[in-house]
Amino acid sequence: MSASSERQDNASNEPSIVVAKENNALVIHGLDEAASRLGLHIGLPLANARAMWPDIRVFDADVVADARTLDDIADWCDRFTPLVALDPPHGLFLDITGCAHLFGGEAALLQVLVRALARQGFAVSAAIAGTSVCARTLTRHASGTIVADGAEAEAIGALPVSMLDADEAITTGLRRAGLKTIGDVASREPHEITARFGARFSTLLRHALGQGDAPINPRKPLPDYIVEKRFAEPIATDTMIAMTLSRLADTLVTSMEKQGKGARRLEASFFRTDGAVRSIMVETGRPVTKSAIIDRLFRERLDALADPLDPGFGFDMVRLSASRTEIVVQEQRDLDSHVHDNDELAALIDRIAARIGGKRVVMHLPQDTHIPERAVLAVSAQHHLAAATQVEWPARTESEPPLRPLRLFERPEPIKVPFATVPDGPPHQFTWRRALHAVVRVEGPERIAMEWWRQDGKALTRDYFRVEDAEGLRFWIFRDGLYEGEVFDDEGKPMSPGWYVHGLFA
Amino acid sequence: MSARGSALAALRGQIERIETSDAAHHHDRVALGHSGADSALKGGIARAAIHEVFCEGRYGTAATGFVTGLAGRVSARRPLLWVRQDFSEREAGALSMSGLAELGLDPRRLVMVRAADAEAALRTTADALACDALGAVVLEFWGETRQFDLVASRKLTLAAQASGATGLLLRMAANPSPSTAETRWLLRAAHSPPGALWSAWGAPSFDAELVRNRHGPVGRWIMEWKCDECQFSEPSAYPQPVAAAPAHRPHQAGFVGEQRKAG
Repeated sequence: MSASSERQDNASNEPSIVVAKENNALVIHGLDEAASRLGLHIGLPLANARAMWPDIRVFDADVVADARTLDDIADWCDRFTPLVALDPPHGLFLDITGCAHLFGGEAALLQVLVRALARQGFAVSAAIAGTSVCARTLTRHASGTIVADGAEAEAIGALPVSMLDADEAITTGLRRAGLKTIGDVASREPHEITARFGARFSTLLRHALGQGDAPINPRKPLPDYIVEKRFAEPIATDTMIAMTLSRLADTLVTSMEKQGKGARRLEASFFRTDGAVRSIMVETGRPVTKSAIIDRLFRERLDALADPLDPGFGFDMVRLSASRTEIVVQEQRDLDSHVHDNDELAALIDRIAARIGGKRVVMHLPQDTHIPERAVLAVSAQHHLAAATQVEWPARTESEPPLRPLRLFERPEPIKVPFATVPDGPPHQFTWRRALHAVVRVEGPERIAMEWWRQDGKALTRDYFRVEDAEGLRFWIFRDGLYEGEVFDDEGKPMSPGWYVHGLFA
Repeated sequence: MSARGSALAALRGQIERIETSDAAHHHDRVALGHSGADSALKGGIARAAIHEVFCEGRYGTAATGFVTGLAGRVSARRPLLWVRQDFSEREAGALSMSGLAELGLDPRRLVMVRAADAEAALRTTADALACDALGAVVLEFWGETRQFDLVASRKLTLAAQASGATGLLLRMAANPSPSTAETRWLLRAAHSPPGALWSAWGAPSFDAELVRNRHGPVGRWIMEWKCDECQFSEPSAYPQPVAAAPAHRPHQAGFVGEQRKAG
């Protein structure tokens, strides 16, 4: 099935056109019915149009807004089938295989779709056929056509070749060859067409004639499980929405349970009566098999939305889909509290992630490097809970005071050092954040060479010192570069290297 | 007037009874390892309660170390949730897992929550405290905040009492305000022990003042954190003089280790 639509924003009935720049000239990009009755057509230069009708209303094209609108319409079309594909600039393909009976048959579905879009002020042309190319060709001709299986060639035979939407050059070529209708082209031998116009066109032609079909490219992957609820009377209250979601969760869980699956990613879509669709997604760390958990996750997510769900005049459909599922391994529930704790922790992490975002709940993995700021990698706790709880951390040196600071600055902060013992000594005092610290105790240096094998630009050796000031504050400071060996000014003379605070010890 | 006063007194008594009965329910305490503090705390720091640690901005890391120590003591190998604000990380630096491991805690047990603002942080903490799988929940705040009032504090306390998890509030650069916390500490950094051997250099030590204790006296102690034993202790006092200037100290050779063991 294919539908193409154009919005007609025309309060009065004045003919209007939309223009866009093409090859350095403004040409007509779109036009309304009144304008087309005047003899204007898409592709005509604006200058010509103005010459013909000086007082025509002209608007600038907004391609981005057009694409967004098409996307919104596609969202709305999700209510008919999960397989919706874009056919830019203003077409949509809907794969309604096995869906039509839910709406009372193909004709009824077509009618519902066309009427709903027409009510919104779109000019719609829709058709149903066995192949997507055939359906698209038919929408170019007339709206509302339904072609039975096998009757494609007959249905489009009389239509002009330009409706196939092939390249401009091919269409012109076909016309020059005297092949005016699709039927004319189809009557030639396929190898003649291929030899003259290329294999791509001959494939397009075969698809249009119903011989073989190219799959459409849906916008979203097909979810593993979908449950939905439609309302004759739109719902708008939070209570009703929550109740609907928990009922849908029950149904979803029941159908997943039959196949031993649990959901890792869930999406709730709310279809508003005015056509707007809002989708909300939650992810979980391990497969969810309980509807109460799904319910709670969505409640957390809905509570924390920055722009709350706006029911407008109400939702007439709510859909819950599990877009990622996994087979659930049933664990033995024994008296081991460890299993219980891990489950509880995973559930807590899921809830917090649903509320404030999955990237904000992290665990840590050690990395094989000496560079302090790269020694630890923060990973999402939802996805790496098992890995992060089982990874081996390097053991600390027994009976040593801490060698690494408890707090580390993401970016080392520069400090002012009036003088230090050269070449490799520590400073005697330094100024950090406008406060002067007199160094009382020092431990170091600990030299950390940068990883020259993966350097991007400069690679200065750092000498780290652990120092304690008169107040008992402990700092981890370093000199960025060897003294008179690594840092040079523009003229190549050695400069004194900079000092930084990288972290603080307890 | 007096009738109203007596009614108030009766209500207060009722509340007191409710609270103490709850507290008595989970009166399990964990010894810190520092005898003075443990006796003031009647055996140690209480689980299933809220403890507050305040400090001035520059002592932030010392306070972090103290809270880490408390969390290590009370969580007893159970998971630890650390909630912090984005702002706190910019101001005081990020909690480093290598540093945490150096203090003797296990980074595998720590889940970090990076909350954008105080409200999200508080909400997350309340959620987490209701989860009985956690050993401790740390909430790290930088600066004064309006959100953390008596109501919020009571919510946290009730959640902690119900689940048995311990809440630790690290309030850097903030002044104490009324709360329902079991204990409140004021933290400052402490020097390394005078004349220490190299082994005692930079051992985390805290000047901890207990300014509020609901079930006992207050006090002020110098505590040291033993990274190997994972507990607090009295500061080690070494009679030996300060070692020589460190700059040209030979690299950790065998004999240094010998000397340490002797010390």
